[in-house]
Amino acid sequence: MPEVIAKDGSMTNDEWVVVQRPADGESLDLPDKPALIPADLWLAGKDHFQGDKSIGVWFDSHQEPEILEGLVNEVDVIAVNFPKFADGRGYSIARLLRERLGYKNELRAIGDVLLDQLQFMKRCGFDRFVLRSDKNAEEAARCLNFFSQGYQAATDTDIPLFRRRAS
Amino acid sequence: MYLYDQHDRQIAAERVEQFRDQTRRALAGELAEDEFLPLRLQNGLYVQRLAPMLRIAVPYGMLRSDQLRRLARICRDYDKGYAHFTTRQNVQLNWPALEDVPDILAELAEVEMHANQTSGNCIRNTTTDQFSGVQDDEIADPRPYCEIIRQWSTFHPEFAFLPRKFKVAVNASEHSDRAAIQVHDIGLQLVRSENGELGFRVHVGGGLGRTPMVGPVIRDYLPEKDLLTYLEAVLRVYNRYGRRDNKFKARIKILVKALTPEGFAEKVEAEWAHIKDSPTQLTGEAIEKFQTYFTEPAYQQVPDVADILATQRFENRPFDQWIAQNVDTHKKPGYAIVTLTMKKTGTPPGDVSDRQLEQIADLADDYSFGEARVTHQQNAVLADVRKDRLYDLWQAISPMGFGTANLNKLTDVICCPGGDYCSLANAKSIPVAEAIQRKFEDLDYLYDIGDLDLNISGCMNACGHHHVGNIGVLGVDKKGQEFYQISLGGSSHHDAAIGKILGPSFARDAMPDVIKSIVDVYIDNRTQEEAFLDTYRRIGIDPFKERVYA
Repeated sequence: MPEVIAKDGSMTNDEWVVVQRPADGESLDLPDKPALIPADLWLAGKDHFQGDKSIGVWFDSHQEPEILEGLVNEVDVIAVNFPKFADGRGYSIARLLRERLGYKNELRAIGDVLLDQLQFMKRCGFDRFVLRSDKNAEEAARCLNFFSQGYQAATDTDIPLFRRRAS
Repeated sequence: MYLYDQHDRQIAAERVEQFRDQTRRALAGELAEDEFLPLRLQNGLYVQRLAPMLRIAVPYGMLRSDQLRRLARICRDYDKGYAHFTTRQNVQLNWPALEDVPDILAELAEVEMHANQTSGNCIRNTTTDQFSGVQDDEIADPRPYCEIIRQWSTFHPEFAFLPRKFKVAVNASEHSDRAAIQVHDIGLQLVRSENGELGFRVHVGGGLGRTPMVGPVIRDYLPEKDLLTYLEAVLRVYNRYGRRDNKFKARIKILVKALTPEGFAEKVEAEWAHIKDSPTQLTGEAIEKFQTYFTEPAYQQVPDVADILATQRFENRPFDQWIAQNVDTHKKPGYAIVTLTMKKTGTPPGDVSDRQLEQIADLADDYSFGEARVTHQQNAVLADVRKDRLYDLWQAISPMGFGTANLNKLTDVICCPGGDYCSLANAKSIPVAEAIQRKFEDLDYLYDIGDLDLNISGCMNACGHHHVGNIGVLGVDKKGQEFYQISLGGSSHHDAAIGKILGPSFARDAMPDVIKSIVDVYIDNRTQEEAFLDTYRRIGIDPFKERVYA
């Protein structure tokens, strides 16, 4: 059962399973538990999956979140995969999901998720983090909160510091 | 004066504690080397050939005297008593111990300094003209805009892990470009619209390194209030679509080239349309507030000293040469801009001792309202010197070695630390610079040659900006031997151009004579008013080839 960190650093457990992309010609192998499936496959099988609360989606870092335009709130969980922590595309994907596509439900970071990246993920709209298993989840709360404020607007606040200073 | 407020101080203090925590976890083995790498790089910390190297940011090149004294003390207490001025207005320490770095950062934060984003695949420190705010031909002071960009880019959550490093430069002068904006990832030229409103011409995709390119214009006019939303659109397009599969093809210039400048601009415009009117759009009030962070010193009414200066110049030839070469026109009558040249022959370009840092601090206090600036040509500037004190100042700096009247001349070499210090270098650069300086020691000869940019890099990473030198020198490795390749015709100014390779490379011993031959071809062919670059552009590379490889 994955240990999931919330935005405030607290830990929960849940049942969501990430279903990998099947090989060419194979079909999706869905578990009995709530499952996150590749976003493009959800879209391809939309008529079947829509309304099923036990199915969420995940994006890989090279994918475009715009494919789910108008549909994002049909799922309760969207995950964004960081294949390597240094691959920063997931941050843009998260902001686009939240700020462009209006996604309101849970946004979770999966893959090579390390402690020192959590602060950036939180600001870009992630609210759940599945830390890489060798990392100490006890440290997450501290790493999420090194900074009391940021200079720029992002998903967490649309008021940049220059506007707060002016008021 | 460049002012910090309580928000900046708080964020800087929090950053020091964060890096202390990261360093502790790295030393305890909780962070793997590859995990710590981007964290320490984004804090300016490299692990180099002989020791770590710490690159400290100097926003807009501006240093107060208390900051200079603190740097001097840090050099003494944590390093070997000297630092290095880089080609991007930073200061580097060459020998700090890894475990001391958090303490060094805490000492820096006490004087409102930091090492944020001076390295790594993130938005680096924004640079500009070292004469900003004091020169007489700028469209507006560029520093408030640089500071707007600095604050926006500092710890930007979306752009901390870009495909590759990202450098922004801003220029405001109509006639000169001391910030080399066309060889930056984003180059911003301040312009006025037909209605007299301020804005920017936007270049994207310039750069040096392995694939040197002059950045094309992707927008002719961007209103000032749209600065940040437009930058955010450029960065988002780059973050999403820049190549991540090959480090050597990951800079934004490769993406701009692949999409064509027009195609890239279209993508940016499409992204920008969504965020243009977001709260990140600047307000007139905010821009005015940023302007207050750069206060003008209390200029005084200075008596007219034109006659006295003329007599001093007439009677003292070295003083006259120094005024002609190293002193520039100030926007305020009665004041002058003085460049302290750090390129005395025999001194590695950019190296500065703890004592020299303190001397510059004293000079700043005595002559220039307590402030000095560092330049991307690796010199220092006193930006606000009374004209009636120029002679005193010249007498004070001559014994310190800051008075060599060679600014923008061939011996004012721009040079990276090279193989003496840097683990990336293929060849040494400092001894080559010195050998060439010795060849051109005669000042009359040097002045006869006129303005000439000589840039030396020890490797393809081009920290010495060799591609944009009128004469560029690149250190290369051939079967374990150090050789030097020459390029001609580069420029980092408004007429930016990438130099063309002359031909096969040379051994180090041959370099002074080779440079001499190149200069001779210029002297033999020039017309009266031509600078080196003009003659080169008129006659082409062949006459130089023929002479050098004769």
